[in-house]
Amino acid sequence: MNTKLPRQLGFWSATILVLASAFGAVSAAAQENPVKIGAVTFLSGAAAGPFGVPARNGAEIIVEAMNAGQLPAPYTAKGLGGAPVQLAFTDEAGGTTKQVNEYRNLVQRDNVDMVIGYISSGDCLAVAPLADELKKLTVFFDCGTPRIFEDASYKYLFRTGATATMDSVAAALYVTELKPSLKKYAGINQNYSWGQDSWNDFEAAMKVLKPGVEAATSQMPKLLAGQYGAEISTLLTSHADVVHTSFWGGDAEALILQGAPRGLFQKSTVVMTAGEPTLVRLGSQVPDGTVIGARGPFDVFAPDTELNRWFRKAYEDRYGVVPSYPAYKMAQAILGVKSAWEKAQAANDGKRPSEDQVIAAFEHLSFEGPGGKVEMALGKGHQAMQGTAYGIAKNAGGKITMVNVKTYPATKVTPPDGVKSDEWIKSGFKAGK
Amino acid sequence: MTAADRTLPALSLALQVFLIGGWFLPDWAQSLLILAFGKGLVVLGLLLLIRTGLVSFGQGLYYCLGAYAAVSASKILAFPDLMSDALAMPLFGGVVAGVLGLVLGFLLARYRAIFFAMLSLAFSMILYGLLIKMSVLGSSDGFNIDYRTLAGIKLPDGMKLYALYALSTLLVFIATACLHRYLRSHLGRLAPAVRDNELRVEYMGSSVRYVVHVNYIIAAVLAGVGGGLVALSIGHIDPDLAYWTTSGEFVFVAVLGGTGNVAAPVLASLLFEWIKSAAYQYAPYTWQMVLGITLLLVIMFLPAGLWSIFQRRAREA
Repeated sequence: MNTKLPRQLGFWSATILVLASAFGAVSAAAQENPVKIGAVTFLSGAAAGPFGVPARNGAEIIVEAMNAGQLPAPYTAKGLGGAPVQLAFTDEAGGTTKQVNEYRNLVQRDNVDMVIGYISSGDCLAVAPLADELKKLTVFFDCGTPRIFEDASYKYLFRTGATATMDSVAAALYVTELKPSLKKYAGINQNYSWGQDSWNDFEAAMKVLKPGVEAATSQMPKLLAGQYGAEISTLLTSHADVVHTSFWGGDAEALILQGAPRGLFQKSTVVMTAGEPTLVRLGSQVPDGTVIGARGPFDVFAPDTELNRWFRKAYEDRYGVVPSYPAYKMAQAILGVKSAWEKAQAANDGKRPSEDQVIAAFEHLSFEGPGGKVEMALGKGHQAMQGTAYGIAKNAGGKITMVNVKTYPATKVTPPDGVKSDEWIKSGFKAGK
Repeated sequence: MTAADRTLPALSLALQVFLIGGWFLPDWAQSLLILAFGKGLVVLGLLLLIRTGLVSFGQGLYYCLGAYAAVSASKILAFPDLMSDALAMPLFGGVVAGVLGLVLGFLLARYRAIFFAMLSLAFSMILYGLLIKMSVLGSSDGFNIDYRTLAGIKLPDGMKLYALYALSTLLVFIATACLHRYLRSHLGRLAPAVRDNELRVEYMGSSVRYVVHVNYIIAAVLAGVGGGLVALSIGHIDPDLAYWTTSGEFVFVAVLGGTGNVAAPVLASLLFEWIKSAAYQYAPYTWQMVLGITLLLVIMFLPAGLWSIFQRRAREA
């Protein structure tokens, strides 16, 4: 007879008990009154500085003012229809495997009422089916891939930011208007989905707008490579009139700091589709004549409304820098939820609306953000449509201002509902068939 | 070594506890356990390699391949029914990983120490680089996958997660039990002998390269099956599965658990996923540091891994 078996049995059951209690202990008791929002953005890693942290700051500013009832009209009601909002932040770093589990934890363990977040398109694609599976209202605020609502449709999922298609299409429109006689264009984009998609959209749009004008070179360095000497040389010798780049964060800064001394920005017109956060960080180091985009009407392109003035002041007072587009997009997502929630509450005789009622109110909603009007017009009313703008950076006495700003209405740079982005570009931007 | 082998009874007991206990766990905990089990299988393969004296920093290659294989097969070979099966997909992933392990093994079995580690890392990064460039497979965004049946039986919505949980528990049991038997077989016992003195093994008439090659293939199959399981549980795959940090994480968990017993990698994997999840929740800004400190503490106070706690107790008893 094996006398050690009881000991083993004791050990295993103890292990199970410890695991089970550890899992159980952390499940917070669901509270009735406040609305708990799980907020997911990059808090560590390369995307934290340029995107994740401004987004978190934007969320904090908006939610604090919202709970105190200090937001300008039409958002003067406290919290969400009177119910205070609690934010629970989670780091988006760690890859899709981690994010899917953390999403599950937010919904099933921490019992959040909704989730707002996700900057990486990979994370968005991974989380999207789970939103419907767990039946939890989920709002993507930043990720750009059009695949989410073009390849599938969801009930519980919304995206309050426009897709990345708009960025490259508007960039192509802008440079062809700026340089009607352009002969050659080139690109430098990071070799992963964002960079590949951005370049493909830009190239396809250029083929439609300037048939016969060919791409001189397309450089695809590794993401976060940091050193772009060889690529800059190739771009310089390609004699391109226009250089397209979707670089962001440290890569965008590196391209400017390494490219500017070698004359890349003087020789070619460089269009940075996601250049605005770089503008905020590098300031006057951004070379004159760089074409800058903000992935929407944000920051330097934001309209002069009371909401925008309030948002910029509150953000600058607290964090000492101007809000970049991720902060705007996060604010936009929260205000979208607030609009939908209060619309649903009004329809529910002033009582706290159910999740289904909020979703019904959110579909095809039109609301005001600090960047202007947002219409949930695509993806059966789940995907936002918003215009965008491009402008040229001009260094005036150490301060960067935007000149030659052109705004593009949403209908000009976004495919109509039900049409896939790449097909829409290839068809010559034709409105629905 | 004690005369009586307590590992197998303990494993079957654990299987029963986890199968029954899992039913009562909330969905998110089941999901976390599937992830831990899937990764535990990969680490189990690492345990075998470490016992042979080899550290692979490239198990992500087979982990990722296992995840991609089943899905690509359903797209390319057009077996949609077979390839949406929760059992068939990880097993197919294991087979594909095993075949690649067989091929690469001819080269890698000739290398040891840092050269083996670096070569294995290089191969995993080649796969990563290839996947990043393939927009057909979604590039860095990857794509979603789903399962509808288990061994041909259609799963109702409410049973999908538990079915996958039960399957992963069962697969981990089979893998640990078989590996335990294998380690006590003639070939299995040659592994530590190869680590200690290759020359002596050759003099005794055994082929060192054969031992290394076989163990490398077993580790590859385990990683492939693990990758398949994780892919099903997550519902999404992307090239990060082959990135070197993923492989590094497996080595981390292997060091955490130690190589004392086949249960050590699975236990370490459970603990690791739990610490990681708790760190995310309570320290969203410093979760990486929590993991780092954990590993430092283990290396300083338990250089032979967590399993050495039980070994020490068993010796004292």
